[in-house]
Amino acid sequence: MGGLIKSSVARKVAMALSGLFLVFFLLQHFTINFTSIFSADVFNELSHFMGTNPLVQFVLQPILIFGVVFHFVMGFILEIKNRNARAVKYARFKGGANSSWVSRNMIYSGLVILAFLGLHFYDFWVPEIVHKYIEFAPEDTSRYYHELLEKFVSPTRTGLYVLSFVFLALHLWHGFASSFQSVGFNNKYSVGATKFAKAFSIVIPLGFIIIALVLHLNHNH
Amino acid sequence: MNLTLKIWRQKDAQSQGKIVDYPISGIEEDMSFLEMLDVLNEELITKGEEPVVFDHDCREGICGACSLQINGQPHGPDRLITVCQLHMRSFKDGDTIFIEPFRAKAFPVIKDLMIDRSAFDRIQQAGGYISVNTSGNTVDANAIPIEKEKADDAFAAATCIGCGACVAACKNASAMLFTSAKVSQFALLPQGQVEASNRVLAMVNQMDEEGFGNCTNTGACEIECPKGISLENIARMNREYMKASMKG
Repeated sequence: MGGLIKSSVARKVAMALSGLFLVFFLLQHFTINFTSIFSADVFNELSHFMGTNPLVQFVLQPILIFGVVFHFVMGFILEIKNRNARAVKYARFKGGANSSWVSRNMIYSGLVILAFLGLHFYDFWVPEIVHKYIEFAPEDTSRYYHELLEKFVSPTRTGLYVLSFVFLALHLWHGFASSFQSVGFNNKYSVGATKFAKAFSIVIPLGFIIIALVLHLNHNH
Repeated sequence: MNLTLKIWRQKDAQSQGKIVDYPISGIEEDMSFLEMLDVLNEELITKGEEPVVFDHDCREGICGACSLQINGQPHGPDRLITVCQLHMRSFKDGDTIFIEPFRAKAFPVIKDLMIDRSAFDRIQQAGGYISVNTSGNTVDANAIPIEKEKADDAFAAATCIGCGACVAACKNASAMLFTSAKVSQFALLPQGQVEASNRVLAMVNQMDEEGFGNCTNTGACEIECPKGISLENIARMNREYMKASMKG
């Protein structure tokens, strides 16, 4: 992948575009999840559509997986290249004087999100693939909500999800607004776009946290 | 004012360097930072020790030679200044001050605090110019109408003195603010249009070849730039680069 995009500007644009794509996916994921706290039926219906529609399953899902893999592999490549660009480190480096902590530590918030994706795939994606394509289990359009609820019984797992969403918010706080700059969008509308991106980076992860907590509490009552 | 200076000493480009402590006293708060280093060097020379090598030239904030990382910040704690414009009143009696060279693989240390910034020259040489026919038919630049806003932006980009503070401040040692300023000062003007595509491709390519890091939009460069070069230039360079790449 390093050879694929040799120029630093092209890498930056590619990182931004893959990030914007993932932001768009996140909004879609959130919208569907949000229905789970209001109506099990709507959630089941949407989940069944997403899980069985061939366009979603065989076109959009591979694109999404490619987008995720591209984003984190490119993130690692950039991190290694950037570390090599300063072979001798400063004895004293006051990064906080001129930049935010989140902007300087995207690799760490990204690593937490990557670890979370491992857990999330283990929780939902792997059982779903086994259910549909290995066991060829009969279709059951009402199974999704109960499966979802079961995952949030454990306070530890719920806690891990909540913690991951906090790191997601940190990652988005810098990443989303910064992607506009990377694709060359910096003009009189940037202030508004940045405000929107910052609001999004709080509202969406907070929404995911609320969903996780509501599902956890729903099961326990 | 009594201070403890922790200064990077390095014999030459090949040697390993290290931080050496120098206590110094009798420093006036109205001295510039470089004058304080002059005092230190006079003391070292009197004692028969090797003075600290550091870059300086105009001492009025124009040339950008005085490239020092002071207490973890390029050109020290104040904004929109070079080291020669930094005064000792920005420090307190008893302070410990770290003084290091600007650090980047593309800026190798020559000796002590002096670095080789010729990587910037090579980026500029790769495309930071316009070709003007000077055979006697040269059109007066003032005869070409240019929108005020664009002329102002081009002028603001051209105020970059190439000091390297952007690279020093960036956690990735990226040179995008410098390169983008040098691209922008021409990209905004009609005279720069003829070579616009080749310019941005060649300058970005040279920047990458020099081994600078990738920009991750932390914005540290804009904050630390003594001339206030804006991040808008980087966005403009990205647009110019994408436009040029699509042309092929």
